[in-house]
Amino acid sequence: MILEWILKSVFILLFMTAGFAYVTLFERRVLARMQVRIGPNRAGPGGILQPVADGVKLIFKEELIPADANKLIFVLAPIITVIPALVITAVIPWGGVVNFFGRPVALYLSDVNVGVLFILAVTSISVYGITLAGWSSNNKYALLGGLRATAQMISYELSLGMSFVGPILLAGSMSMLDIVNSQAHMWNIVYQPLGFLIYTFAGLAEVNRAPFDMPEAEQELTAGYHVEYSSMKFALFFMAEYIKVIAISMIGSSLFLGGFHGPFVDQFPWLGPIYLLAKTVLSLFVIVWIRATLPRIRYDRLMALGWKIMFPLALLNVLVTAVVIILVGG
Amino acid sequence: MAPLYYYVGLSVIMFVIGILGMLLRRNAIVIFMSLELMFNAANLAFIAFSRHYQSLNGQMFVFFVMAVAAAEVAVGLALMVAIFRTRRSIDVDQISSMKG
Amino acid sequence: MANYLMFFVFAVVVVGSALGMVLSRNAIYSALFLVLNFAVVALLYVQLGAPFIAMAQVTVYAGAIMVLFLFVIMLLGAEQLSEEEPLPGQRVAALLLGTGFIIAATILIVVQAGPATPLPAPEATFASPMDVGTTLFTRYTLPFEVVSAILLVAMIGAIVLTRSDRPRQSITGAERKD
Repeated sequence: MILEWILKSVFILLFMTAGFAYVTLFERRVLARMQVRIGPNRAGPGGILQPVADGVKLIFKEELIPADANKLIFVLAPIITVIPALVITAVIPWGGVVNFFGRPVALYLSDVNVGVLFILAVTSISVYGITLAGWSSNNKYALLGGLRATAQMISYELSLGMSFVGPILLAGSMSMLDIVNSQAHMWNIVYQPLGFLIYTFAGLAEVNRAPFDMPEAEQELTAGYHVEYSSMKFALFFMAEYIKVIAISMIGSSLFLGGFHGPFVDQFPWLGPIYLLAKTVLSLFVIVWIRATLPRIRYDRLMALGWKIMFPLALLNVLVTAVVIILVGG
Repeated sequence: MAPLYYYVGLSVIMFVIGILGMLLRRNAIVIFMSLELMFNAANLAFIAFSRHYQSLNGQMFVFFVMAVAAAEVAVGLALMVAIFRTRRSIDVDQISSMKG
Repeated sequence: MANYLMFFVFAVVVVGSALGMVLSRNAIYSALFLVLNFAVVALLYVQLGAPFIAMAQVTVYAGAIMVLFLFVIMLLGAEQLSEEEPLPGQRVAALLLGTGFIIAATILIVVQAGPATPLPAPEATFASPMDVGTTLFTRYTLPFEVVSAILLVAMIGAIVLTRSDRPRQSITGAERKD
């Protein structure tokens, strides 16, 4: 039992790390296509070894720590940023129960009855790494970037949490597995189109992706909270961002797009992870598409959008969903 | 499962550390944090007793303590920002202008 | 046995981080120690069969309240303050009284608790989100509404307190002749 948990955890960690490497490549290639370029295609066939080359380059870069930085926190901050990003993936169900060499194995690490709350709790923790990175660098731009990131993430966390309520109400449970199973016949996006939109935008803001990448706005903040970071520490911030992007894609697929459910998944449970990954790749493509299309919005507009439009809409969505469920489901 | 009084004992120790922080420190923000630590100690005792009596009432209490603590922190920190603006300090011993 | 071991590991971290919070000279370190403390206490809640409260603890305390603290510390630049002892003997008195309190509480707990019986195992559905929600919205409806009113008042209060009285300077540049 414990061995099974350890194996599953190691698999998830490795998958997320490898996923991070290849999502960077995926993003660069797709962005290049959208901008009528080719993108990195020299390292290996079709650029398949590009992440390895990037990794080697980052490892051999010089490690710089500013003289007046708070050294301890400066070193800890990237680590504090990566850990929540990895931990959050623990509650995502990959599939049902499959037969693995004659013994039943559940394709999820854990099915806790507060799974959705766990996601919210861990997301709220992930603010620290970025804030501390900004503060410990002892650099005005970094501090401003860190504070911006914190304010933005806290503001959009509310809308994110509210958008979770729709699927919770429809499934009548906070367990991710129950929520996915409640979508065996119809995806939640049909009942919750507004909730899905709010989730998408709040999720993008939560992981500081374009068009909400204010904390790293090059033009005004040079690079925001990670301006002083180099080499592997910088790579860790990069890794955290991409793992979070994968995580919100997987969570969004599970909450709104039916998760591992799809045709014939009842007969062949091994199809579950394949469906989930297909949906995840689709959401990743949309995220890259949004980055290629939309310009970054101004910071005050960002806050106004979060507090004055998204949050009231999310509340309205919860209210309407609850009323409809009471009227219809009784 | 560890006995109830292990948890209550831990809660007592946390509470005392909170009191010490409140008495010994001069930085208003640290004093405030010590207060939160004391809330937390009380919450731990509530949860332990809730488990002991198999009743949810203790957990409900903790829920309300958290909500009120959030409200209290928002107002308290706003007060601190306001005090800092006028006096350029949050040392509690310097906030003595009300003294007759 | 694993349960006892986990309790003692958590307890050591809880006490250590609480001490670290009180003793750190730098307020940022204090805040970080407190975050660690809250997170580990949340683990204790999970161990005690209160997963909902544990998640709420992490979200509200570690994720929102402590971020607010960090924010204020960073904005005010209040990391380091000179710490002198204004009242002579206050430190000694506090330590003596604190130790006294611990001793008194220990005696009381040992006398009251009687034999060290392990905590009973709860039912499977004890403190599930549905259980918590039902209790919250039946027996505790009135406190719930009162708390929401308190939160609203606190929000307004915080906005009023931190608002600066000066009218906002225009950033369009038209009025900036200085």
